[in-house]
Amino acid sequence: MSALRALVDKIKPQFEKGGRLEYLHSTFEAFESFLFVPNTTTRHGSHIRDYIDMKRTMSVVVLALVPALLFGMWNVGYQHFLSHGEASTLWQNFWFGFGKVFPILVVSYVVGLGIEFIFAQIRGHEVNEGFLVSGILIPLIVPPDTPLWMVAIATAFAVVIGKEVFGGTGMNILNPALTARAFLFFAYPQDMSGDKVWIADKADAFSGATPLGDLLVNEPLSSLPSISDMFWGFIPGSVGETSTFLILVGAVILIITGIGSWRIMLSVFLGGFGLATLFWAIGPYVAPDNVYMNLPPYFHMIMGGFAFGAVFMATDPVTASQTSRGKWYYGILIGVMAVLIRVLNPAYPEGMMLAILLMNVFAPLIDHYVVEANIKKRKKRAKSAQLATV
Amino acid sequence: MSDRREPLFSAKNRKLLTAPLSKENPITIQVLGICSALAVTVKLEPAFVMALSVTAVLAVGNVVISLLRKTIAPRIRIIVQLVVIAALVILVDQVLKAFVYDVSKQLSVFVGLIITNCIIMGRFEAFAMSNKVWPSFLDGLGNAAGYGWILIVVAFFRELLGSGTIWGYKVIPQGFYDFGYKDNGLMILPPMALIVVGIIIWVQRNKDKELIEEN
Repeated sequence: MSALRALVDKIKPQFEKGGRLEYLHSTFEAFESFLFVPNTTTRHGSHIRDYIDMKRTMSVVVLALVPALLFGMWNVGYQHFLSHGEASTLWQNFWFGFGKVFPILVVSYVVGLGIEFIFAQIRGHEVNEGFLVSGILIPLIVPPDTPLWMVAIATAFAVVIGKEVFGGTGMNILNPALTARAFLFFAYPQDMSGDKVWIADKADAFSGATPLGDLLVNEPLSSLPSISDMFWGFIPGSVGETSTFLILVGAVILIITGIGSWRIMLSVFLGGFGLATLFWAIGPYVAPDNVYMNLPPYFHMIMGGFAFGAVFMATDPVTASQTSRGKWYYGILIGVMAVLIRVLNPAYPEGMMLAILLMNVFAPLIDHYVVEANIKKRKKRAKSAQLATV
Repeated sequence: MSDRREPLFSAKNRKLLTAPLSKENPITIQVLGICSALAVTVKLEPAFVMALSVTAVLAVGNVVISLLRKTIAPRIRIIVQLVVIAALVILVDQVLKAFVYDVSKQLSVFVGLIITNCIIMGRFEAFAMSNKVWPSFLDGLGNAAGYGWILIVVAFFRELLGSGTIWGYKVIPQGFYDFGYKDNGLMILPPMALIVVGIIIWVQRNKDKELIEEN
């Protein structure tokens, strides 16, 4: 470690003002602070710094995503061999999935970080580390067979239009990873939905729809995978979203470290569960043919991207509501919207993505009204206290 | 009679023609006429026809309003302006139906909606009501051209990336498709037109820092 520090210190002057490589300053700075906690000291104002800076925060989120990622790789292989009816070992499954998912991961990081570095360089900013998380989220929310060039274009779109035009990390309105997913969904719908894309190199005769997609063609409820399969994740789907269990493991990591907001996670589930229960209760009377409406409410939680979105997407600190009370409204509305879209608009069986993007847009408005309401309340209190003393 | 006649293309008049192309562009700076920019730019051909139609309506309309400007009672000026626009739009619509029926069908209701295009009312109010005929004509041409080139640029990218064609001709070689390339479905949807216009605005303001608004 100290040898590394010495090396960094040795080449540092080249990148300082007046050095030969001054124009690469932000690139250098990014790598230095990636390796070491920056030793900058405050000059004025508050002198307390949390040792958890943004890079450390991002590392925890990446850590929380790793279980889902590893399982996702294994599951890609498992589903592939299953569809061909071949027996396979754990490692065969894993390496097959690794071969599918790892290139997506690399493409997403190379393109996304490349663009971030270029923009930071041009603008003379520090390179921000927001993309460390987006870069791993993108491969987790796409089907395993997504062509790499599509991943590259979607990532570029998400980083440039979703983030850099607003001023970079921390200024974006929409979650970049979901922006990439939405771009793919609307630009290349054949590769993002249906029953062809969810299993890598699927055998033709095998139906490969996700449980959510299965219902779209009005297959009876009994043809769904078992509840335990859906909970543990042995189902076709986007790479990282199938295993509700490992997503919950990630949720626990985020909550214990205090990085993900438990308020948002809980309220998304509450909102979704509440509306799904309501639909389920009135379903038989209102629309007996609507399979989604007559689904027992807990199915919504374990199918599709609901859990993944609630834990990793809705809690994005930049695009979520900032106030504690606002987080409840924000989360509940995401859950409600997701179920609403699933049930009432069968064209988009996966409502989670659209629900979160929509609420991303409304998050600042929610905060505004929460803050206003608080000001009003305190004014009222101050006034009545004044009256009491007079 | 004292004043010497101003030359037809004096510096001032030339500016009427060129300013709307960049610094006073109706779409990217004044943000007018956005709706039709989103609606008709899926393909290049309808966008081009639309640009021509708006040019005709705006240039002729500006002239008519400028001629009438001293006789229009201020209280009913909006109605008079609307009558002029509506008459011109109906003429344009009939001409399109007679000569380029296919395109006219593609444009469908949007030809009629030129009546509500904010650029036209805006120029009548802001310019033709208080200027002479010749400058009004130039102003109409200039603004229509400023509107038109944005439309055409947006349509170019949307058609190229969304359908792989330019003016209906395949330009992306079949080999690309065999290799796995696919047309971008999002380009055909209106939101992408907004984003393309946004990118044009971004580029424009980056080149000309004066245009960046304070906030």
